[in-house]
Amino acid sequence: MIQAPRDGVALLGLAVIVISVVLAATAPALAPADPVQNDLLERLAPPMWMDGGSGRHPLGTDTLGRDVVSRLLYGARVSLVVGFAAVILAGALGVALGLVAGYYGGRLDDILMRLGDVQLAFPALVLAIAVLAVVGSGLGNIILVLSVTSWVTYARIARGETLSLRHREFVEGARALGARDAGILWRHVLPNVLPSITVVATFSVARTIIAEASLSFLGLGIPPPAPSWGAMLDEGRNYLTTGWWLALFPGLAILAVVLGINVVGDWLRDTLDPRVERGM
Amino acid sequence: MRAFLLRRLVHAVFVVWGVVTVVFFLVRLTGDPAALLVDATATREEIAHARQMLGLDRPLHVQYLDFLRAAPRGDFGLSIRERRPAMRMVLEHFWPATAQLAFAAIVLSVVLPIPLGVVAATHRNGVVDHASRLGSLFLQSMPSFWLGLMLILLFAVALGGLLPAYGWGTLSHLILPALTLAAAPLAQNVRLVRAGMLEVLQHDYVRTARAKGLAERAVIYRHAFRNAAGPFLTVSGLSLGFMLSGTIVIETVFSWPGMGRLIVQAVPGRDFPVIQAAVFLFAMLFVAVNLVVDVLQGLLDPRARVFEDAA
Repeated sequence: MIQAPRDGVALLGLAVIVISVVLAATAPALAPADPVQNDLLERLAPPMWMDGGSGRHPLGTDTLGRDVVSRLLYGARVSLVVGFAAVILAGALGVALGLVAGYYGGRLDDILMRLGDVQLAFPALVLAIAVLAVVGSGLGNIILVLSVTSWVTYARIARGETLSLRHREFVEGARALGARDAGILWRHVLPNVLPSITVVATFSVARTIIAEASLSFLGLGIPPPAPSWGAMLDEGRNYLTTGWWLALFPGLAILAVVLGINVVGDWLRDTLDPRVERGM
Repeated sequence: MRAFLLRRLVHAVFVVWGVVTVVFFLVRLTGDPAALLVDATATREEIAHARQMLGLDRPLHVQYLDFLRAAPRGDFGLSIRERRPAMRMVLEHFWPATAQLAFAAIVLSVVLPIPLGVVAATHRNGVVDHASRLGSLFLQSMPSFWLGLMLILLFAVALGGLLPAYGWGTLSHLILPALTLAAAPLAQNVRLVRAGMLEVLQHDYVRTARAKGLAERAVIYRHAFRNAAGPFLTVSGLSLGFMLSGTIVIETVFSWPGMGRLIVQAVPGRDFPVIQAAVFLFAMLFVAVNLVVDVLQGLLDPRARVFEDAA
């Protein structure tokens, strides 16, 4: 079962996740400035260790004179909320549908799996762009779109595991004792499905954070001036020669958080899902 | 084999139908597509006129059947912005710009991993092995567009314009975007080939091949790699699809005049015919690639067909 990770890399990854969650949660207290406050006199100030930098803006300011550190801290909220919320939503939906499809089989199973086939025919990002173009962007819509585009994976895993479990002795036994289907699924099947789902979900949080950054980068994220890492990179890409820090730091923030999650995912896979071979 | 091909084909046709249906309902999600399909400044009369012109006042199922007939012919109506057939615009952007970028990235990420993965397997814990391990971990943990920005910062800004930062036309314009697009799948595929090779190299037939005095190169590529290629092929097929959606952000970063940038530019103007046509073409390419990979898989490895039939 789950123990504290013993290998240093996984521990480091876990630390990065915990720290970024704490930083995001306490952003209002930590941020040196208002993340959406323009200050045109201070625009494009470099990081504090460079010529012309100052302690007031440790990582410099952007083209509107907004403090980069403050925007990074508030941007963490968007990334983490979208990452976790979309995965929880997609996981709950996918697992529920997968359990039912695998347990009952038949017409419902066919329909759900064919629906999944169709959806997997779209590159997820293309579908997300198209849907957001219609319904408009915003935090809620982004979470919805990113979860709707990823339920299939969970449904397929849950269905596969359920198929292999539904005729096992402990399930047959529970049924013989008069347990209802819902009870069997909840008490006997779900716990056996959860380990692999947890592993997939962890990697999926990492991918979702990158997807959100991509959508924000393309201008389909939460509306400005609210800070998000992807939108900061979009603003920074036109100032690579005069303000390289605008393109560097938000990317490093994404890299740190996503790397931390991926490393923890590797560790979870090794502990929870020994069937998946290591060495990839 | 024929039954296998036929089933794959039927499946592909089914998926195409599903795609067309989704694209049809996409624009109708908002209620009144006519309001979306005309200029944002249109008056109520103009919208009503457009509704009639576009046949949107007819019953939904009639519209749907019409759409089912029109879409496979590539008829998605006129672009709102340019007043030209939407699909023609999308195709003009796909060929040659997006096709060039995707092709270059595929060559980098599918061909290069074969020798690199073999070396990583035959020289475990060597330079290639470690570099690919770290590379695949890091590259999967960063958005590809950020990698692109950093490459621009390095090659176009810091190194004084060694490579162009954006634009299209010459080979040197292609290097940075193709590298950005290929980097993550490249590293991942090296790991995949390595893992497959490590497994295969333990088998008896490899020992037999060596024992009968074959050159090491022949043992590795003709006997071992051929058997390790199966899973690599499947994953490459999947990663082609991801690469297609990767072109959307990469083309935006490098101002590459392809269909990815076209779809992004169509969004603020709500140019839905173009968005629909592009989504349709993306999905078609995706389906086609996966069909080809499935068929190749079936040709290369008879077991894939048998398992299919049994399932």
